[in-house]
Amino acid sequence: MKASDCKEVFALLSQYLDRELPDDICQEIDSHIADCPPCIQFVESLKKSIELCRECAPAEEPSPLPEPARARLQAAYEKALAERRKAEG
Amino acid sequence: MALARSLLAGEPGAFDRFVETYRPKIFQYTYLMCGHREDAEEVAQETLLRVFEKLDQLREPERMKAWVFRIARNACFMKRRKSTFAPTHELSLDELMPTFRGDGEERKLEIADWSSLPDDQAIRSQLQRLLRKTIQELPDIYRAVILLRDMEELSTQETAEVLDITEDTVKTRLHRARLAVRKKLDHYLRGGNGEPQ
Repeated sequence: MKASDCKEVFALLSQYLDRELPDDICQEIDSHIADCPPCIQFVESLKKSIELCRECAPAEEPSPLPEPARARLQAAYEKALAERRKAEG
Repeated sequence: MALARSLLAGEPGAFDRFVETYRPKIFQYTYLMCGHREDAEEVAQETLLRVFEKLDQLREPERMKAWVFRIARNACFMKRRKSTFAPTHELSLDELMPTFRGDGEERKLEIADWSSLPDDQAIRSQLQRLLRKTIQELPDIYRAVILLRDMEELSTQETAEVLDITEDTVKTRLHRARLAVRKKLDHYLRGGNGEPQ
């Protein structure tokens, strides 16, 4: 097995991890990875990096919503609801 | 989806729950896309207002999240048109690939040991900070995709609809964005400062 095979696998790894590849390509990648320590290592690092991204809490929260802004949103909401009810008869 | 249905049905408390749930999400998106807190607050507020104004146009409550992010994306786009911004550059796949040492059975990857990561909370929170910084520094087209796919966990199809690009483009950009983030974190884990190698 050559490094170029691994690079072909690396190029498809996100789709592989997201289960977005056809079954036959997935099987080929599975069998390559099973015997390839560098690929196991790289898959592990990419999986953990994605996991960290999914856990990533917002760094900053928005400021508290000022009352006039909230009232404006509420008014728009109520108007849309009224239009929706009117359309539904 | 329950929240979307409650909101559309005008159930008591649905408005407050929607604002409480979606405002931080919209703000995170607008902050990472606009880069400035004041702009992000303004665009998030504009997005929420448009969401409520257009609520009668939402036909599929199960697609509420993607619909909201599409409005946020358009609001960011309008904001950016009014200001100056750097042109986007493409991330090259080759530059994001790890380096091999040796060949054949002996070949090894020059990357960090990620295996002990889940147990070390201190390292994880440092990585989270670096990760946010890295995402913020990605070119726009990659930042938008990783934000929607990995942080907001929209599907590939939903992300394509929000950004008005094909699903194949979502997949390509997501992979490059993930590789760029992985590379930066890996450099940090190997004792670097998280700056590009």
